[in-house]
Amino acid sequence: MSIGIVTAAYIAASVLFILALGGLSNQEKAKRAVWYGIVGMGLAVLATVFGPGIGGWSLFLLVPLLGVGAFIGMVVAKRVEMTEMPQLVAALHSFVGLAAVFIGLNSDIIGTSGLVGAEIAIHEVEVFLGVFIGAITFTGSIIAYGKLAGKLDGKALILPFRHVLNAGAIVLSIILLLMYMNHAGSWTLYLMLLIAFALGAHLVAAIGGADMPVVVSMLNSYSGWAAAATGFLLGNDLLIVTGALVGSSGAILSYIMCKAMNRSFISVILGGFGGTKGPTMEIDGEMIATDFNSVATQLLEADSVVIIPGYGMAVAQAQQSVSELTRRLRDKGKIVRFAIHPVAGRLPGHMNVLLAEAKVPYDIVLEMDEINDDFPQTDIVIVIGSNDIVNPAAQEDPNSPIAGMPVLECWKAKSVIVSKRGQGTGYSGIENPLFFKENTRMLYGDAKASLDQILQLIN
Amino acid sequence: MRIGTPKEIFLGENRVAMTPDSAMQLQKLGYECLIEKGAGEHARFSDKDYKAVGVKVVANASSLFKESDIIAKVRPPEDAEVKRLKEGQTLISFFYPAQNIELMKAANKKGAHVIAMDMVPRISRAQKMDALSSMANIAGYRSVMEAGNNFGRFFTGQITAAGKVPPAKVLIVGAGVAGLAAIGAATSLGAMVYAFDVRPEVAEQIESMGAEFVYLDFDEEQTDGADTGGYAAPSSPEFREKQLAKFRELAPEMDIVITTALIPGRDAPKLWLEDMVNLQKPGSVVVDLAAERGGNCDLTIMDQKIVSENGVTIIGYTDFPSRMAAQSSTLYSTNIRHMLTDLTPNKDGKLKHDMKDDVIRGATATHKGKITFPPPPPKIAAIAAKAPSAPLPTAEEIQTKEAALMKKSGAQQTGLLVFGGLLMLLIGAYAPASFMQHFIVFVLSCFIGFQVIWNVSHSLHTPLMAITNAISGIIILGALLQIGNNGFIITILASISVLIAMINIVGGFMVTRRMLQMFQKS
Repeated sequence: MSIGIVTAAYIAASVLFILALGGLSNQEKAKRAVWYGIVGMGLAVLATVFGPGIGGWSLFLLVPLLGVGAFIGMVVAKRVEMTEMPQLVAALHSFVGLAAVFIGLNSDIIGTSGLVGAEIAIHEVEVFLGVFIGAITFTGSIIAYGKLAGKLDGKALILPFRHVLNAGAIVLSIILLLMYMNHAGSWTLYLMLLIAFALGAHLVAAIGGADMPVVVSMLNSYSGWAAAATGFLLGNDLLIVTGALVGSSGAILSYIMCKAMNRSFISVILGGFGGTKGPTMEIDGEMIATDFNSVATQLLEADSVVIIPGYGMAVAQAQQSVSELTRRLRDKGKIVRFAIHPVAGRLPGHMNVLLAEAKVPYDIVLEMDEINDDFPQTDIVIVIGSNDIVNPAAQEDPNSPIAGMPVLECWKAKSVIVSKRGQGTGYSGIENPLFFKENTRMLYGDAKASLDQILQLIN
Repeated sequence: MRIGTPKEIFLGENRVAMTPDSAMQLQKLGYECLIEKGAGEHARFSDKDYKAVGVKVVANASSLFKESDIIAKVRPPEDAEVKRLKEGQTLISFFYPAQNIELMKAANKKGAHVIAMDMVPRISRAQKMDALSSMANIAGYRSVMEAGNNFGRFFTGQITAAGKVPPAKVLIVGAGVAGLAAIGAATSLGAMVYAFDVRPEVAEQIESMGAEFVYLDFDEEQTDGADTGGYAAPSSPEFREKQLAKFRELAPEMDIVITTALIPGRDAPKLWLEDMVNLQKPGSVVVDLAAERGGNCDLTIMDQKIVSENGVTIIGYTDFPSRMAAQSSTLYSTNIRHMLTDLTPNKDGKLKHDMKDDVIRGATATHKGKITFPPPPPKIAAIAAKAPSAPLPTAEEIQTKEAALMKKSGAQQTGLLVFGGLLMLLIGAYAPASFMQHFIVFVLSCFIGFQVIWNVSHSLHTPLMAITNAISGIIILGALLQIGNNGFIITILASISVLIAMINIVGGFMVTRRMLQMFQKS
């Protein structure tokens, strides 16, 4: 295949990728969008494999590699539970990061032959950047995976002088880059690699579990930039285009998430919650427990029900029961809707995917802004495993760590039922005054078990 | 201590202040209960019922007053009853101390402590003993029943084989407890209900009960009920004119008018004038719940039902709760019981008259030989005062604000562009041409990415993440290009890269597809 044809294939692939991302503007088009992406990727890989620059014998190596890779990918994608989606996405990001590191190291080994003058300097910067970003993505994703999969403690790891440590790592990396450019040898690159690994791990470890949606989309962005840096390194425009698309999309997603939590992007990335300005409001009142019977009766008497799912629903795998409850209540002519907070769950749009998996029709699944005004007319709100996103302290208590964060105003409904495992606080560790409100009843226990009990009473 | 309930001696009063149920609860507080023979008869509670729960039935009032430490009754005491009060005895009943000053002085002279159930402050904590509300609730319900009794048609509209029946139109004036109860009763009977109140903030309550709020087009700052403990205040003459004009407009259509307008400490305002009655259709009914205080309707005669010249029935009964004695006795005795619960904090059958308690202090009219009426205002406001809403910005203000914002963002954008341009120039000055070409591609792609992602719907953020993740597997190209290179380490590293990138690509796309297939429309 000639360079011209390869380039043509690359152009086609770029266009298809853009269409694939743009196609996600609505559910119907989205299904087609995935095919654009798949075709684009196929074109790009085939054009590269059969294009110039790949020796005849390496095909024999490539076919089994691609085959095995595809097979593993298929198995993983088929077997993963929808609730494990955040971990999977994080794990996959680490692969991109690692690949970027390897490609950068290879480029260093191959050397700068055939380049002159400023090109050499640029090439060296590219190698360095590619490895740096790739390494951060790699370890960051692994830590994120560990936290999301529950293998690591979800709490933010706050080391003393952590900002100094981060800044020091970056400064050191820059010094190493300068040394590398002055031909101090490859060891500078490897030392920087280690520093970047540590930096990536530390950055993500310092971010608390509640901020995970931002972290995941941020890592997504990093993996894009890593690909783009590799593209510069290899002079491959398709890599640059795609990397830039992914990088900017991840960046915007992170921005949207941060806005939804009323947090500055910087403070999330640097980890931990900002300092509070004073003592938080005392909560008076008590949590009043309720039981399945009264919840079932209440539901049967209600006309309009709003369900607010959160991470707890994902943990308890309760989405099927929620869906069944929705179906039965809708059959009885009740209006059932879902209110989804932008940062519910551990991944942007996490709840939508889970509900979709359980076959909840997506037109009754509404966003915060669409439903917040409807709460006063709602008979019952069922909060399933969410906490911070329904915390009235965000609006009522200026000293609360989450003050100013937009929340679902479910307490304005006539009554609120909170399905919760125990009396503990949420991921952010903040007391929730909602649980103490007069119109709130607590339904303790595993969300799925509770819902199944209620289902038996609603036929 | 002993609680005694005498038979009400007021003519036509059927209620009783103690029921067998409430007696049982009072005994749990440690009290002994006494009742005069036949006191519960009109409310369908026989002496036998009382005896069955351990209440001592006393033959006559004088011995009851003698034996009891606490007297619980419904109506304010008559002179004969006041004479029977003794030193240190506590009387709990409706008392209306503002209207019955002489009575209060007489009771005080006797050394009795008077707790007036009608003086219980209207705060959340005291709702359970708010007897005025529970009686008003009954009055509101009963007023609809009385109206229906005197109204010759269905409330609900029907289309039958024998012809079409229009629904009855009901106007409720004054949406206090009684008014709201009347709205509830009338709407559940199927009538079309309209309601009016001078306090605009009750519009929401009216609508929540299923009636239509009659709006007045009036600019003057209307009184906020929060200032007056939730009660209405007198309105200005201009407002009154507007209000009457509105009623005149509604009068010909309204089949049933129920007026409940009262202002504390004043005669009932005249709101349904003679000319309005004349405008009404024959057969219409006016029920005046304010009859005891002079009535809201010009033609009302207290305690009587009259028919006007044009055939409108005007009901001026004042004893609606007494007409449903069983129900009102149950509620009233519960109010009394709650009051006694608060008066007996130790549940030992000993009265503790705590004058520091807002509720008890508010309800006490005489205590230890002193007249304690009127009470100081309660420490807790009954209803949170409405926060004054900020004036809405005018269209012009919004426009200038928007223009300023536009200008600011424009300036910001220009600044960024200038800065970016300078940066480009700087890079361009040093970097080789081949790099700049790639750089153009990079920058443009970033822009495309920004533009495209803004349109992605929120619910698809997870699929977006999965698909961008799959696409970022494009890094496989780099590995592919390196694999052909000679060199063992290079080939190994490149091979691993190809393998994991492929996992990423296939896994990412398949997961995305799985997710999207789940989205379905109902």
